[in-house]
Amino acid sequence: MSYLEELQERMRKIEKGGKDKYHKSNEEKGKLFVRKRLEILFDSGMNIEDAFFANCLDDDLPSDGVVTGIGKVNNQDVCVMANDSTVKAGSWGKRTVEKILRIQETAMKLELPMIYLVDSAGARITDQIEMFPGRRGAGRIFHNQIKLSGRVPQVCLLFGPSAAGGAYIPAFCDIVIMVDGNASMYLGSPRMAEKVIGEKVSLEEMGGAVMHCSVSGVGDVLVKTEEEAIHYAQNYLSYFPANFRSKPNNVEAKPVPAFEKSITDIVPENQNAPFNMYDLIDRIIDEGSFCEIKKKFAAELITGLARIEGSSVGIIANQPRVKGGVLFTDSADKAAKFIQLCDAFNIPLLFLTDVPGFMIGTKVERQGIIRHGAKMLSAMSEVTVPKISVIVRKAYGAGLYAMSGPAFDPDCCLAFPNAQIAVMGPEAAVNAVEANKIAQLPEEDRAAFIKQKQDEYKENIDVYRLASEMVIDAVIDPNTLRQELVNRFSVYAAKNVTFTERKHGVYPV
Amino acid sequence: MQEVKASMAGNVWKIVVAVGEQVEEGQDIVILESMKMEIPIAAEASGVVKELKVAEGDFVNDEDVLAVIE
Repeated sequence: MSYLEELQERMRKIEKGGKDKYHKSNEEKGKLFVRKRLEILFDSGMNIEDAFFANCLDDDLPSDGVVTGIGKVNNQDVCVMANDSTVKAGSWGKRTVEKILRIQETAMKLELPMIYLVDSAGARITDQIEMFPGRRGAGRIFHNQIKLSGRVPQVCLLFGPSAAGGAYIPAFCDIVIMVDGNASMYLGSPRMAEKVIGEKVSLEEMGGAVMHCSVSGVGDVLVKTEEEAIHYAQNYLSYFPANFRSKPNNVEAKPVPAFEKSITDIVPENQNAPFNMYDLIDRIIDEGSFCEIKKKFAAELITGLARIEGSSVGIIANQPRVKGGVLFTDSADKAAKFIQLCDAFNIPLLFLTDVPGFMIGTKVERQGIIRHGAKMLSAMSEVTVPKISVIVRKAYGAGLYAMSGPAFDPDCCLAFPNAQIAVMGPEAAVNAVEANKIAQLPEEDRAAFIKQKQDEYKENIDVYRLASEMVIDAVIDPNTLRQELVNRFSVYAAKNVTFTERKHGVYPV
Repeated sequence: MQEVKASMAGNVWKIVVAVGEQVEEGQDIVILESMKMEIPIAAEASGVVKELKVAEGDFVNDEDVLAVIE
């Protein structure tokens, strides 16, 4: 064999990954081979691959179970690490870890987005001294992720398990996309849980995609297939710049499609009646541009990327259709992370407010709703991107604050004519302030008295009074909201401010 | 069988279906009143209402079963 033939022969073997039986069992689970995943992800293949020959003296460990390199997504170079689960279940040896570290360091140097295609059983216990505890051990992967966070977008596509320490890769990404049925995250497997704490539980219950995307919030996006996961990631990245120094690319604007009902038709006048906030969002963004994050988690608050006249915008909106749009611990967490994500990558923020306040009661107090709420306020307060607050209907109590109320330096606070801004709603306020008087009145006079007091209260918090006091910057016709946003965001784009000088805040986490 | 559960603490304001009634996925079963808001609680799957576990005016906690659908 000539040396060229030897090279080609070695490459052919390595490119095939692990043994046929593992390819077959993956195929049965609907899992694609790692190189196929990358082919779908990149515009035209991976242009640079590094350490292809890692561990090549061991025939059983082609590329040491991970592919790393650079290719283009939406015509933008991105760095990738992708586990090969046909090689020792995608487990990490010394060279696997070193390869991951190097591609992260490349992403850091070149300030390129970092994509993690995760499908790994975790550490190779037999190699633990070489890959676990040291300076270039697996812990360094997380250290690098934390360093990269906010510098470049970090995306995790979870195709299989992400076990024990490995579960921190998704945890430190900006977004985790999970394939239903195959993706899982857990610190201890069900088998370990049974042995160590006596709990009997299935893998799906313990750390399945549905659980993480709807209950724990560790997952962000639930998809059915690997192709769907990859397409979501490609679309998601199109809203982002390559790094924190640049702004997102504008795309061709798409108009709002024609709707039978206008915004004024869909927002009920009765503050207590629910409506579907998605209907309002659809009426202000470019058609088909909504890329929702954490759709199934804390659905009382909607977070997602969208485009208005071709420009990226991050939307945080209360959803009156779910739990009355009240803010809970999980909704506050969800908002805090999304706000940080957008601010890190220069994506302007739009708050659509219709909030009765933060939830009250023993349950949420015990969960620490005050510190969770503080987290949301803190994240929202610190942003330096353009920030517009729109009071759609009510904005009561700390709900007004959390949704970027006037005190938190929005570039403007707009209100619909039916907006109500107050410490609390008329019903609650009259009950609280007039409780003694109501109790003293004869039964038959109470309703009329309450009604009269509520009317007085509503007059007191009338939107034009707030406009007159310049609490809000404009009262607008709801049906002109999109144009208003276009005008304002295009001007506020020039914003260039620093929040404050310090090392970092002491966050209320 | 599907249990329709309260999504948050509140009072049962209106029960909008009757036992024996055929309901569709996404159809409102009960409307709670909480934080001065109407909170519709919908069926997660289609079926027939087998049992109503609450009456109008009852206080319910997060996760309490409101109705059973078969």
